[in-house]
Amino acid sequence: MIHSLFLINCSGDIFLEKHWKSVVSQSVCDYFFEAQEKAVDVENVPPVIPTPHHYLISIYRDKIFFVSVIQTEVPPLFVIEFLHRVADTFQDYFGECSETAIKDNVVIVYELLEEMLDNGFPLATESNILKELIKPPTILRSVVNSITGSSNVGDTLPTGQLSNIPWRRAGVKYTNNEAYFDVIEEIDAIIDKSGSTVFAEIQGVIDSCIKLSGMPDLSLSFMNPRLLDDVSFHPCIRFKRWESERVLSFIPPDGNFRLISYRVSSQNLVAIPVYVKHMISFKENSSSGRFDVTIGPKQNMGKTVEGVVMTVHMPKAVLNMNLTSTQGTYTFDPVTKVLTWDVGKITPQKLPNLKGIVNLQSGAPKPEENPSLNIQFKIQQLAISGLKVNRLDMYGEKYKPFKGVKYITKAGKFQVRT
Amino acid sequence: GKNEDLKQMLESSKDSSKLDAMKRIVGMIAKGKNASELFPAVVKNVASKNIEIKKLVYVYLMRYAEEQQDLALLSISTFQRALKDPNQLIRASALRVLSSIRVPIIVPIMMLAIKEASSDLSPYVRKNAAHAIQKLYSLDPEQKEMLIEVIEKLLKDRSTLVAGSVVMAFEEVCPDRIDLIHKNYRKLCTLLVDVEEWGQVVIIHMLTRYARTQFVSPWKKDVVEEYNENNFYESDDEQKEKDQKVKKTYVMDPDHRLLLRNTKPLLQSRNAAVVMAVAQLYWHLAPKSEAGIVSKSLVRLLHSNREVQYIVLQNIATMSIQRKGMFEPYLKSFYVRSTDPTMIKTLKLEILTNLANEANISTLLREFQTYVKSQDKQFAAATIQAIGRCATNITEVTDTCLNGLVCLLSNRDEIVVAESVVVIKKLLQTQPAHHGEIIKHMAKLLDNITVPVARASILWLIGEYCERVPKIAPDVLRKTAKSFTNEDDLVKLQILNLGAKLYLTNSKQTKLLTQYVLNLGKYDQSYDIRDRTRFIRQLIVPNEKSGALSKYAKKIFLAQKPAPLLESPFKARDHFQLGTLSHTLNSKATGYLELSDWPEVAPDPALRNVEAAEVVGRHRWNVEGSTSQVHIFGFQVSRKIFYVFYSDSEDSKKKAKGITKKRNMSSSSDSEASSSEESSSDSKSESDLQSDSQSGKPGRAASKEKKKKKKEEKKKKNGKGLAAHYHFSRQPCIFGERMVSVQVTVTNTTDQKIENIHIGEMKLPAGMRMHGFNPIESLEPEGSITVSMGIDFCDSTQTATFQLCTNEDHFNVSIQPPVGELLLPVTMSEKDFKKEQGMLTGMNEASATIAVAPQNSSSPVIIERVVKAANLGVVPSGQDNIHRFAAKTVHSGSLMLVTVELKESSTAQLIINTEKTVIGSVLLRELKPVLSQG
Repeated sequence: MIHSLFLINCSGDIFLEKHWKSVVSQSVCDYFFEAQEKAVDVENVPPVIPTPHHYLISIYRDKIFFVSVIQTEVPPLFVIEFLHRVADTFQDYFGECSETAIKDNVVIVYELLEEMLDNGFPLATESNILKELIKPPTILRSVVNSITGSSNVGDTLPTGQLSNIPWRRAGVKYTNNEAYFDVIEEIDAIIDKSGSTVFAEIQGVIDSCIKLSGMPDLSLSFMNPRLLDDVSFHPCIRFKRWESERVLSFIPPDGNFRLISYRVSSQNLVAIPVYVKHMISFKENSSSGRFDVTIGPKQNMGKTVEGVVMTVHMPKAVLNMNLTSTQGTYTFDPVTKVLTWDVGKITPQKLPNLKGIVNLQSGAPKPEENPSLNIQFKIQQLAISGLKVNRLDMYGEKYKPFKGVKYITKAGKFQVRT
Repeated sequence: GKNEDLKQMLESSKDSSKLDAMKRIVGMIAKGKNASELFPAVVKNVASKNIEIKKLVYVYLMRYAEEQQDLALLSISTFQRALKDPNQLIRASALRVLSSIRVPIIVPIMMLAIKEASSDLSPYVRKNAAHAIQKLYSLDPEQKEMLIEVIEKLLKDRSTLVAGSVVMAFEEVCPDRIDLIHKNYRKLCTLLVDVEEWGQVVIIHMLTRYARTQFVSPWKKDVVEEYNENNFYESDDEQKEKDQKVKKTYVMDPDHRLLLRNTKPLLQSRNAAVVMAVAQLYWHLAPKSEAGIVSKSLVRLLHSNREVQYIVLQNIATMSIQRKGMFEPYLKSFYVRSTDPTMIKTLKLEILTNLANEANISTLLREFQTYVKSQDKQFAAATIQAIGRCATNITEVTDTCLNGLVCLLSNRDEIVVAESVVVIKKLLQTQPAHHGEIIKHMAKLLDNITVPVARASILWLIGEYCERVPKIAPDVLRKTAKSFTNEDDLVKLQILNLGAKLYLTNSKQTKLLTQYVLNLGKYDQSYDIRDRTRFIRQLIVPNEKSGALSKYAKKIFLAQKPAPLLESPFKARDHFQLGTLSHTLNSKATGYLELSDWPEVAPDPALRNVEAAEVVGRHRWNVEGSTSQVHIFGFQVSRKIFYVFYSDSEDSKKKAKGITKKRNMSSSSDSEASSSEESSSDSKSESDLQSDSQSGKPGRAASKEKKKKKKEEKKKKNGKGLAAHYHFSRQPCIFGERMVSVQVTVTNTTDQKIENIHIGEMKLPAGMRMHGFNPIESLEPEGSITVSMGIDFCDSTQTATFQLCTNEDHFNVSIQPPVGELLLPVTMSEKDFKKEQGMLTGMNEASATIAVAPQNSSSPVIIERVVKAANLGVVPSGQDNIHRFAAKTVHSGSLMLVTVELKESSTAQLIINTEKTVIGSVLLRELKPVLSQG
């Protein structure tokens, strides 16, 4: 399926190549560069590019293009999903998926790629199995290795791949047994000029960090499971149990993993935790405009809205902005025309405001449209959908684990039209 | 050479410097630098004891073997040795590397290795064999026929590890051999949920193609079942006629239904490719009324990264043309954000346009107004096209849209204006009568618009409808005649057209002007313009040479032209299978496999029937969830005792029958365990129940109880029943090292919910322990659930008795393990076996001479039968007539060594060596009939 992989940085250098079948020349990437040039910005490079003899399927992650070379029909999502899994694995192993990290760990990268695909078909993609095959680097280990000459390659061969629970490694042992669940919800919304909601929905995930010895069998139940309209599962979850009882029953992988992703039924009204008052105007036949934005919390929340950041792509005609903020700091990049206002925490008594003058290129026509405001925020200890974990039970092991659930609500793609 | 230092390091006696060298070499390969000259120095280390050096040498070999074939051959013997290693992972990796070395001369060696590996007892090795098939096929396509044989064999494999890989090989080597799938179809459907995610995608795509060749279309009539109520007044004849009609209505093949049912849970996969695969399966195979269940999951994927969004949106775009209803409820999920990349925006817009109807159009047009103002002008232009399409498709809003577009004509942005002109032109063609004003308005714009397409569109409009704007048209011609030489070719052609049309309708005013334009055209630089000029002149200006045609010039130029259709660019894509690369590219990719049309008449469904012995293997728990695979070393193992607690009505009796049919071997070692039992038919199952209830075997008491209750409750209308069967999964137990893993499938055969199924009191002999399953809160009617439990039998065949309770009742259940299930296989080499055997002689040895039925004397049959009877691991043997098996007891871990030595005249010597002499002799007794019976 996947013939070769090229990693390309933003300046167009191919800094890694790997072939699972015969070697394909680097020159195939020229077609990619051509498409990249045409697309103007990285976001618009088409993920699938046909060339005379191959097809290129690529993803863009962390300032790196992962360009795979395909020769025959294959579901494009298969390749895309796999490439993201590769990037996830790098992230997991090296703490970041960057050109430097990949170059510094080129041998581990190669060993990983070798295990993840055989003849272009995925072989081992579970992080638990890979970590048994190839140990992730640590500073201590690389020092020890260089002295003793021992290696990063596991000398015990993984049993997980052969078992009926391939996602969990065998022989897990902890002195402190802990299970943490983060319920993270993101609000995607489009708010129109007048402040009413055009579209809003909640997308949630439960990310888990499980450090439990042996073979724990967990059951996680919710107070209000019916809220979850559409759910996708980690393979460890017993689907039938969810179907019949709405309980998440599973033998977890060891370490960090995403247990479920879900969408909250669009029938439910989504509470929008912030409001934005805005006055942005450009005068006809004048080289200036006014900008005045206030962000406030909606009363009914009772929790603090923090980590508030506003980004605005100003129209091309904007030369500069002279603003004053009552709180936080703002920057305006005259090249990209991006205004960023880092607000921080909102205190209801004194609402953050940013206002001032917009300088336009003289002679240029008045901008057609006011820009949209993209808002980020965070609310701790709250799942905006109202989802609540009821209890976590453990079977199969005798010890008492420490259990914890954390809730957090964030802005997803949250956009205010002005 | 320049890599002298690396060569020296590789020659070094120290592993650390060899390793450093290999790491640097891999770094070179990664950067695409040539490291081929190091081949001789590297290949020497292929047999290194250091596992990391070895791995890196493998990496190097796979990269350069093709270029250095002669030298690569030096490494082959190392891999051939490793193929015989007792460790399955070493065997697998040897096969992997050997098959990745693309050296034609080793084709026969590869073929042999693949054949052997495909019979390996480890499913992991067999999986690697499936991968190797494709590698060998691409190296030497002439091996195709032999490889198909291997594929055929591996398709029969019951391991979930192998399934995805072998179907992949099938798709690459012989996708047209649909006949190989028939017998494996049901198994693949059943195994699907337990296969790893990548394999799932491949299997689902293959099964989609398969189903389109084997089942009739569910789309002709969407009525699945139609019950015929007896009409009291109808005559018999009428009734018969009606019955026949009913027969003609579509009934879905149960196998077709099986596929739809078993793929549906995968919509919940975290893997977008799996979700898309199921979605396309439903699109291409499900009744139209059911296809809608995939929408929600596809919309969920829109929250993913931009690449996934891109592909999913493309597919939704195609779907939404044909079946708007599927995505209408999610209309707002396709609203565009200013931060979306343009390619995502355009796709969303495409879908919104497809979904537009009378009910939502006003909301949509309001949304579109925002998009038109977008700073992303390419997107704004696309929105104008979209408005045009809405206007033609929904007549109620045509005028509104037209007015909106006319307003856009005063937009500051030229691209917006130009696009509006083009769209307005198309719209006006559909109803020119009312729009003289708009045409006038556009004529005025001509002075300011510079975009050629827009200018050309306006000129065409004025020419076409020149009789509606009789005053303006000649004036426009006058103006453009002046600018002719500076216009774009596109515009020049339309000036010529305008001239011709005016000449024909209003020659008095425009004759001279037109001739002037034609003269300019005659000497134009572009030959297209010159040709067109000559052509027009001949047609409209009568002279001796011009023939009969000029009489019809007016008809030719001013014929009523059909209005252009404003269609979705995705319309043409629907002939590609959704989710494919070809669909994304909108052109056939290499290796694309066509989806066939439904057959008029379905091929014989009996093709998919499997011989009884195999049917038995299709257990319900295969679909239960990821923890319920029942495959160890390639043999389906299943021993279960069947008990039904109580049931009364005819209905539940039938169900009980159904379950009996699935019986495999009874746990006892008496004659009932023979294979004829496995094929018990419907007619026989009733008598099975009888005999069950008469025998005093464990688990049968329950049947007796059932009989009794049946009588008692017969009077009641609604019966209740709970069926349960168990089997030994032969997996290491997750509940404790010394426990035997038992899986129990509980089925509710009543029409009511059964609640709180749990284990009550346990009666265990001294020393035995049991880990029960988690209580089942409730079980829906018809529902069944498989749960795991663990029992430590203390290496004995004593019975474990416990109560199975529901909210209302409780039952005694007894499980007595066959001795073969108290073992776990052990992998060891022949040498180690002999060594261990040497230490377990005398008291620890039990043996017997047995007669071997002739059909049982071949190696595969002996291995299969022995391994089926007891959970033993096979020890590779150097002699054809001696078979060795090794296991350890689950509780104490004591070795259990079994030897079968074939002698002359159909006899064999059966030897068992173990410290556990009691179970050793029981095992000896149980294995005897296994080989002696036919």
